[in-house]
Amino acid sequence: MPWEFDNSKPIYIQLVEALQFKIISGSIPIGGKLSSVRELAEEAGVNPNTMQRALAELERQGLVFANRTSGRYVTEDEEHIKAIRKQYAIGKIQEVTTALIQLGYSKEELLDLINDNL
Amino acid sequence: MDELVKIEGLTKTYGNKQALNSINLTIPTGKIVGLLGPNGSGKSTMIKLMNGLLEPTAGSILIKGNELGIESKKVISYLPERTYLNNWMRVEELLNFFYDFYSDFNMNRALDMLASLNIDIKQKLKTMSKGTKEKVQLILVMAREADLYILDEPIGGVDPAARDYIIKTIIKNYSESSSIIIATHLIQEVENICDEVIFLSQGDIVLQGSVDEIREEKGKSIDALFREVFAC
Repeated sequence: MPWEFDNSKPIYIQLVEALQFKIISGSIPIGGKLSSVRELAEEAGVNPNTMQRALAELERQGLVFANRTSGRYVTEDEEHIKAIRKQYAIGKIQEVTTALIQLGYSKEELLDLINDNL
Repeated sequence: MDELVKIEGLTKTYGNKQALNSINLTIPTGKIVGLLGPNGSGKSTMIKLMNGLLEPTAGSILIKGNELGIESKKVISYLPERTYLNNWMRVEELLNFFYDFYSDFNMNRALDMLASLNIDIKQKLKTMSKGTKEKVQLILVMAREADLYILDEPIGGVDPAARDYIIKTIIKNYSESSSIIIATHLIQEVENICDEVIFLSQGDIVLQGSVDEIREEKGKSIDALFREVFAC
């Protein structure tokens, strides 16, 4: 099954997000080896050049690093992964709160609502 | 930049009907290009011209700097829209046929792909379903180590699971030293694997560009854009 994509956004950005999620959720472990560009492209059902571009972006973010001879690995820097994970969580919370504040909830009401439903 | 395909002023008329109007196009090595357009937009005409099956009315096509001929046919692997394979042949006979015909035919690659789809090489084409036949044809075409693959409607007649397999096969066999042109109107299925798309309409190129740049700029998928541009 190819990965699911949102039609309105560039594919490489969505690949970056999907791979980030795999890393922060631990489905690719810290220090773990990534599949080759071609294998990942095949799995996702995308062009290998696009996958290459997404991996280059993850390298730039310091989440993965390339070893010339043996492929790409997830960083060993646990703090960095945690920081990205936190960024992800903040993003999700902002999505929800923005939508609900637009619906007319106050911050206090939202906090209570979250507490009740946690 | 290298130019695998260079098309200049390509024009084709059928009687007084203009099928292609002075097309200019360059395709470098290492790209997957989607040739998209509604029925009758000139896709098949263009592909037939590139394969030397039609004579242009005007203009030129160069493949790796050579005019069309023996040299271009050696490096182009072509999947036509309709089958030309003999129905009475068994898959193994077809494999040998291709192996004799094309010096770049990679027999092991073909056998691997057939095995992964559980296609019996003793089976005759005429006993196969339409979808299986299409898979066999695609395997034969993709098993060549060509510089340019031209696929005319490669996913037209197969079910969604087989489409996924065909898309995977295309990704797997594509290499940086080759390019692939996919002509189709099933845009949603191919847009994620294309680097670039070309929209043809009534014999003209109306849009050309990188898939992600178009998606970023227009904020919509190529499929949605196509529906907008060619709304009936």
